[in-house]
Amino acid sequence: MMTRVFLALVLAFAAAQAWAQGPLRIEITEGVIEPLPVAIPNLVPETAESAQMGQQISRVIAADLVGTGLFREISSDAYISQISDFAAPVQYADWKAINAQALVTGAVTVSGSNVTVKFRLHDVFSDTELGDGLQFAGTTDGWRRIAHKVADVVYSRITGETGYFDSRVVYVSETGPKDNRRKRLAIMDYDGANVQYLTGSEAIVLAPRFSANGDRVLYTSYETGFPRIYVLDVGSVQRRVLESQEGTMSFAPRFAPDGQTVVYSLSQGANTDIWAMNVGTGQSSRLTSAPSIETAPSFSPDGSQIVFESDRSGSQQLYIMPATGGEARRISFGEGRYGTPVWSPRGDLIAFTKQSKGRFHIGVMRTDGSEERLLTASFLDEGPTWSPNGRVIMFARETQGAAGRSTLYSVDITGRNLRPVRTPEGGSDPSWGPLQR
Amino acid sequence: MIRTFPLKPALLLVAALGMAACTNASRFGDDVTSSGPLDGTAGLAGSASDPASPAYFQQTVGDRVLFAVDQSTLTPQGRATLDGQAVWLLQNADYTAVIEGHADEQGTREYNLALGARRADAARAYLISQGVQSNRLQVVSYGKERPVEVCSTEACYSQNRRAVTVLAAGLTG
Repeated sequence: MMTRVFLALVLAFAAAQAWAQGPLRIEITEGVIEPLPVAIPNLVPETAESAQMGQQISRVIAADLVGTGLFREISSDAYISQISDFAAPVQYADWKAINAQALVTGAVTVSGSNVTVKFRLHDVFSDTELGDGLQFAGTTDGWRRIAHKVADVVYSRITGETGYFDSRVVYVSETGPKDNRRKRLAIMDYDGANVQYLTGSEAIVLAPRFSANGDRVLYTSYETGFPRIYVLDVGSVQRRVLESQEGTMSFAPRFAPDGQTVVYSLSQGANTDIWAMNVGTGQSSRLTSAPSIETAPSFSPDGSQIVFESDRSGSQQLYIMPATGGEARRISFGEGRYGTPVWSPRGDLIAFTKQSKGRFHIGVMRTDGSEERLLTASFLDEGPTWSPNGRVIMFARETQGAAGRSTLYSVDITGRNLRPVRTPEGGSDPSWGPLQR
Repeated sequence: MIRTFPLKPALLLVAALGMAACTNASRFGDDVTSSGPLDGTAGLAGSASDPASPAYFQQTVGDRVLFAVDQSTLTPQGRATLDGQAVWLLQNADYTAVIEGHADEQGTREYNLALGARRADAARAYLISQGVQSNRLQVVSYGKERPVEVCSTEACYSQNRRAVTVLAAGLTG
């Protein structure tokens, strides 16, 4: 037993030296990531009643960081020194000895329905803090948001990227077998916590889409018997129909970045084209007029272009056109069918669903169609949505056969760290909202 | 909420969160009405032995036509079925119909909605060509949302790629 412990320590030191050669930093774009060891001792309770809250918040901070695949948490069993006083100097040697590259120390105070968290991030092998200490205050029922805020700061300081933990996802919650599936809109924290249902399941609801600032959600509902586009105010849960031309079907809506324009598909007879509507005036205009299927439009982050799918070439492929319509250029040329394109918030990539040889994939390509990378493969993956920082994609995976079920998954844009998102029921059609303020 | 935090040696920046927790209770569609077209297998009126009954239409005439993968072209068999539907609709002028277009699960949600619209419209256009008044026929696409068979093989998929003519009573207006 001693020998094994000793060996582990030696290995840990070897790894520590590899990490310690530069400043505390993860370059996410690097090909292979060895998760960075981080110690996240429970927040120091500053009053007796704060202890449980401190533990809860620390566990969520750890889950956020470890969930990225970029961090590995060091078990508290390995700690040499304990953080029992937030104000006391950190004994860096004790944390170096267990190869903690990063250390998050903090304290929590619960007072009535208010909770205050202060924390510091330490670069252990530089014997120093990384950035300044920060304090967050909020209400106890919002404690998970405080944890996400802390984790976002840690993630941001170490990776140089904006975080994405304090964000929400709107999706379709599903129950029942494939031939009697019940669907209702739901909203949750990015990690599957705090699910709230926004509609009932009397009518089919599909493909909710957040506005850029997260205040509204567009979705498609069959509550009139025909697919129609609705807009729902997230705060009040009030909704109204947006598009209801008699004898037509409308679906696949998405907001422009300014929140004023909505693009969507309208089916008239056999033909489906892309239209745009001003949310305020209700005025609509047609952006495509081919006899083929044009659907699944998504704006570039600057609002100047729209990527969409069309089968005008004979099979589903991706195209980009000006936001006002006009000539489109095809960007997908690989084998198979491409659908559901979504422009990344950074503007550099387009995520899509690909069907090839009986399998479904979530993939990304550059906006000129180059550097296509398939991130997943399964019986049925579809409907990608981007994390606010453009580093992670969430999508839905349906399993086959009579017992088939749809589950939300997330995957890093490098294809690593595929993991299910735990939701109370099945899930599909996720739309990831912005980082909350 | 914003307070300075006078700890040394490092400066502590202070941030306050607008932690207005969403306290809106979920609303289970309190004003939602489910008024969609009759399901193809429900609400059958009359006996199948009565040629003027919806049951006869569904079971003897045949209420649905099937399509090949990713296609909306009517097959010879599909046209024969629609010929029978047209005759029945012309003889039973009190009925209107909603033609439901469907797709199998091997496709993305949005594309399948558009494909279902093509299939429903193909059936509707054929019925109109056989003399059925266009104002008696509506279309709706369910995409891949309403399969009748749940296995993930061609045996089921072939039954799910369909256009179903669902009768509704009464021509209004």
